[in-house]
Amino acid sequence: MGETTASASLKRTPLHGLHVALGGKIVPFAGYEMPVQFPAGILNEHLHTRRAAGLFDVSHMGQIRLTAKPGRNAAAALERLVPGDITGLKPGQMRYTQFTNAQGGILDDLMVTSTGDHLLLVVNAACKEADLAHIREHLSQDLEIEPMFARGLMALQGPAAADVLGQHAARVRGMAFMTGSFVMIDDAECYVTRSGYTGCDGYEISTPADACERIAKLLLADERVKPVGLGARDSLRLEAGLCLYGHDIDTTTTPVEAGLVWSIGKERRTKGGFPGDHIIIRQIADGPPRRRVGLRPEGRTIAREGTDIATPDGAVIGKVTSGGFGPSLNGPLAMGYVDRNHAATGTKLALMVRGKPVPAEVVPMPFVKHTYWRG
Amino acid sequence: MAKVKYTEEHEWISVDNGVGTVGITDYAQEQLGDVVFVEVPEVGRTIARGEAVAVVESVKAASDIYAPVSGEVVEANGTLADAPGNVNLEPMGNGWFFKVRLSNPGELDGLMDEARYEAFVKSLG
Repeated sequence: MGETTASASLKRTPLHGLHVALGGKIVPFAGYEMPVQFPAGILNEHLHTRRAAGLFDVSHMGQIRLTAKPGRNAAAALERLVPGDITGLKPGQMRYTQFTNAQGGILDDLMVTSTGDHLLLVVNAACKEADLAHIREHLSQDLEIEPMFARGLMALQGPAAADVLGQHAARVRGMAFMTGSFVMIDDAECYVTRSGYTGCDGYEISTPADACERIAKLLLADERVKPVGLGARDSLRLEAGLCLYGHDIDTTTTPVEAGLVWSIGKERRTKGGFPGDHIIIRQIADGPPRRRVGLRPEGRTIAREGTDIATPDGAVIGKVTSGGFGPSLNGPLAMGYVDRNHAATGTKLALMVRGKPVPAEVVPMPFVKHTYWRG
Repeated sequence: MAKVKYTEEHEWISVDNGVGTVGITDYAQEQLGDVVFVEVPEVGRTIARGEAVAVVESVKAASDIYAPVSGEVVEANGTLADAPGNVNLEPMGNGWFFKVRLSNPGELDGLMDEARYEAFVKSLG
């Protein structure tokens, strides 16, 4: 019940004034003043997004543009830091990958989109300065590295997103999941990707800083669109089984343990060429010592981050890394890491909540079916 | 006529014939956000003033509910299992948590009346 006061040292996004005007409850998050919820509340915001469309301010995330220096190859350079297949990205394609460290741990996870001329990265807010330094340290010879931290970034998510945004930029209707395109919205040059962090269909819209609020208001003028804060963003991504950096993945977890092998390029799984490649390649071959799994507790008790995961006879075999209430599931859900021998779907486990074991079962993720639009 | 008293932990207790009904205040439910689960104490349990006796889970966090007085739990609000949202809708009505038979009614004197509680909430900003 502690109340946090937003401090003057915190940064603001281009939508700060709008958040306040809309009655957003502002909290400090990753160095920014951000809305955790609006007056509708987290439950309503979550359910509205799954039913119609939610508008999220994600301008706090880091946008970085990479451009090859003459005679260099930007994708090949970036592949030295990430296990994803970047050289295979065609113009307009987008991919999820991770910056890894020498131990195969994850420094950050990110989205990479090729425009043909550039690579556009979207990285986590809390990591963006470190990511920038990391890229500069390793790739300055090959790349022009431009942080675009002042730009706006919004996510429009939900089944109505395509029709809402399509009214302002018709071409976005035909874009497939994980593609991007330059699009004019209300006379502002934006970069739109069909992507998101909710498991729903939708877009992320990168805008010039001075056009962000105008475009947000334009989208909110559609009655199907409601503003959504960080609270529902978290419950939506958790239902979608998506990792939150600093919680479900960090420098001590490998992409293999995290169940992210799908994001590692096929060739790169044998050839390597990224930090920690030996460890990651060995884990792919032999299986990791532990795995990230989805968990459904019985009843309605919520097992939150840090909860011990035990076998039915009480041996602790892991920890919850994200846990909460799933409004669309109408029940509790969690994810966490367990010893590999207890990671199979259907395994009966116990979550130790307030000293008492709550029966739970390992379930496949996502918890709520993805509804991406693949064309 | 039942008298209502308040704690600094934002619980209320309404006492009638030696039995107090306990819940959380409107300020508390507002701070918690959408309540999705309430763990109420078992009937028959003896509780001491200040003891954590119930848990309220919102979409944001779990919070302990502390016994505002000592006594024996005589009833728990079973309807919250299916309708935890009542804590948000009617925190001082259908959203009550449990009833306690007071073993030391004098403890009520240490709690705030409505005017003092309102001033206390205001002081929190």
